[in-house]
Amino acid sequence: MADKRLWVSSSPHIRSKETVTDIMLDVIIALAPAAVMGTYYFGFRAAAVIGVSVLAAVVSEYLFCLITKRGSSVNDMSAVITGLLLALSLPVSVPLWVPAIGAGFAIIIVKQLFGGLGQNFLNPALGARAFLLAAYPVIMTNWNQTQSGRVFDAFTGATPLGHLRSGGILTAVDLQRAFNGNILGSIGETCAWALLLGFAYLLIRRVISWRIPVLYLLVFSLLVPLFAWMAGRGGSILTGNWLYEVLTGSVLMGAIFMATDYGTSPIAPKGQIIFGAGCGVLHAVFRFYGAFPEGTTYAILLMNICTPLIDRFTRPGFLTRGRGGNGYSQNRF
Amino acid sequence: MKTRTFRRGGVYPPDCKHYTDKKSIEAVFPAEGEHMRYALSQHIGEACVPVVRTGERVLAGQKIADSKAAVSAPVHASVSGIVRGFTDTLVPSGNTVTAIVVENDGLCENHPGVLPENIQDESIARLKPEYIISAIREAGIVGLGGAGFPTHIKLSPPKDRVIEYIIVNACECEPYLTGDHRIMLEERECAITGLKIIMRLFPAAKGIIAVGSNKMNAVNMLGNACAGERGIEVAALASRYPQGSEKQLIQACTRRNVPDGGLPSDIGCIVINISTVVSVERAVRRREPLTRRVITVAGGAIARPGNYEAPIGLSFDALVEAAGGFRKSPVKFIFGGPMTGVSLHNIDIPVTKTSAGLLCLTQKEAYIPPEKNCIRCGKCAARCPMGLFPYDLNKYAIAADDGMFAEINGAACIGCGSCTYICPAKRHLTQSIRDAQKRVVLRAGRPRSQRGGDTEYGG
Repeated sequence: MADKRLWVSSSPHIRSKETVTDIMLDVIIALAPAAVMGTYYFGFRAAAVIGVSVLAAVVSEYLFCLITKRGSSVNDMSAVITGLLLALSLPVSVPLWVPAIGAGFAIIIVKQLFGGLGQNFLNPALGARAFLLAAYPVIMTNWNQTQSGRVFDAFTGATPLGHLRSGGILTAVDLQRAFNGNILGSIGETCAWALLLGFAYLLIRRVISWRIPVLYLLVFSLLVPLFAWMAGRGGSILTGNWLYEVLTGSVLMGAIFMATDYGTSPIAPKGQIIFGAGCGVLHAVFRFYGAFPEGTTYAILLMNICTPLIDRFTRPGFLTRGRGGNGYSQNRF
Repeated sequence: MKTRTFRRGGVYPPDCKHYTDKKSIEAVFPAEGEHMRYALSQHIGEACVPVVRTGERVLAGQKIADSKAAVSAPVHASVSGIVRGFTDTLVPSGNTVTAIVVENDGLCENHPGVLPENIQDESIARLKPEYIISAIREAGIVGLGGAGFPTHIKLSPPKDRVIEYIIVNACECEPYLTGDHRIMLEERECAITGLKIIMRLFPAAKGIIAVGSNKMNAVNMLGNACAGERGIEVAALASRYPQGSEKQLIQACTRRNVPDGGLPSDIGCIVINISTVVSVERAVRRREPLTRRVITVAGGAIARPGNYEAPIGLSFDALVEAAGGFRKSPVKFIFGGPMTGVSLHNIDIPVTKTSAGLLCLTQKEAYIPPEKNCIRCGKCAARCPMGLFPYDLNKYAIAADDGMFAEINGAACIGCGSCTYICPAKRHLTQSIRDAQKRVVLRAGRPRSQRGGDTEYGG
């Protein structure tokens, strides 16, 4: 019974239900608490920044696919994540054309020109953030909150980190406020519990492994007291309180959502551990010795660049020939 | 009972066994005048040479093709009838081979070589190893789980190897397939006797019947039947894919690892499929050659899915007819299970010794979403039971970079398909890796039996 309408293909002939879109939707769900809490603390304007950024990212993706005559990849929802991540890493005071330009840069220059989803070597949102920071340094570091915000303004015009860096003393801010997000900073990075909630969701859904975020945070918080001790505390930028350092700034945001970007982080478990630890080291160095109060962007971007190298040194066959093994044990992902 | 399993990777596809696992084995007989085709190569090793001439009358169970080569297995007629000649035919593996055509005369006359009565149990205990091996060889028995390696060769490991474990593979981890499950339920005495016969060859060996835990009724039934037997253990293994793959099975049962490029006998193990064990029992007890096998016919397009014992050489067309024909229009025919089976454009091809299943899928069942960009999520590497990086292998395979492909252990891929199953971007990883393996093997000229991809999955 030969029939022209029969399908012939290589095995396996069945596929799991999960698609790229499902994974991306999970990440969006995981980011939702941070976006909601950002809007709660910084007011309606935060929602406007997020909206413009997401819209610009999706439109850029659509137009790029249209112009290059490729099938549209808007459906995979990855552009939404890029727009969301970018918006959450911006100060709420930015003019609305900033997220639009940033999202366009992220999608077209950082992502699509290198081959699109999975092919880019830098995290698009962070790449765009670095670009915006270089192009508009004043706008990007203007932390003045808007009228509608609810943030308790202990530090006028500075984030807790900026405040500490310029010689302020850690008195008015306690850990609880940092945990709740009642501090100044980028839209999505201030509310620690919202970010941790997202992390828990990603772990439960097995979207990411624990390795990069945990190693990142672990190494970072080990280096905090070390640097504090080296600087001798007095008059330095350091609190020496690792928990406080982790809860402020964008460490959590970076460790949970930026450093775990599939395309720009290693795949092998060993590689992920190296990558996470490397991010932690660079971040701590940049935070305490860099020119900017925060170093997430450059720490992760630099490690992104190292990813192909890490991948090469951690894949099976390298130094382990004959023993096999990619480092994964019993079905843990 | 605690279930055992392999260490690394693996997937849990929906097992789809409920369609047929309660259907008793039903014998299918060819119609009078039906042209049976006996492929001369139904096993790994040298193809056979016909020992009958056109026009000659052959009897059921008569040897019609054989080979002098060491690694080979003879072919027997499954019906009585007249040899009508030779033809080239497609076989379920996707190859085209020469086959002997026999027209069934419908008389079912048995060859006198097949004993009318079973040898009694007491005489089995006195059988010499040489007799057992030669009976298995003469019966043309090969691995029925899918690999088709001649069983008498498998049971004759190098003299310096001490075999400590005979592992009977009854995991049947491929979705849809239920033939082995039914055999365990319906032929358990044969299976246990068959194992005892094999264990006579290896006095130091312990027998383990490894059954997937999705077949607990078989585990319990065999467990009760073996309760008084010394040296035979029934083990429940996780219903996790690819549990039935040789290396993963050995790891689960013995915690030993087959070295790269090595054989199970190197670490004191022999793995043999449950259906093969039953055939061994028949071959030794009645000198009955391998002329029939159980095939699961399933899929949404089949009117009466079930487990059919079909004569080797019968056309799959006739088998589908016996299964009630099509209920819906099929769009895909898979020979074997959905994870490692071969899809072909035709079912007018003969049943061979290694055909474990025929799936006739409807459009909905057969749909495979379009391939997208790799997002480097790493799920393929996390699920690879061999600890490989399928996404990397795929990249080098597509770029035809055979050097890098070999460098990252591409040859160790067993082709189980777990990576491709789990891939959210639906990339065709197994396909490109298999192609690259073939290319590398062709160039290196290594024999097929030394590659990684020869394990049995049906079982």
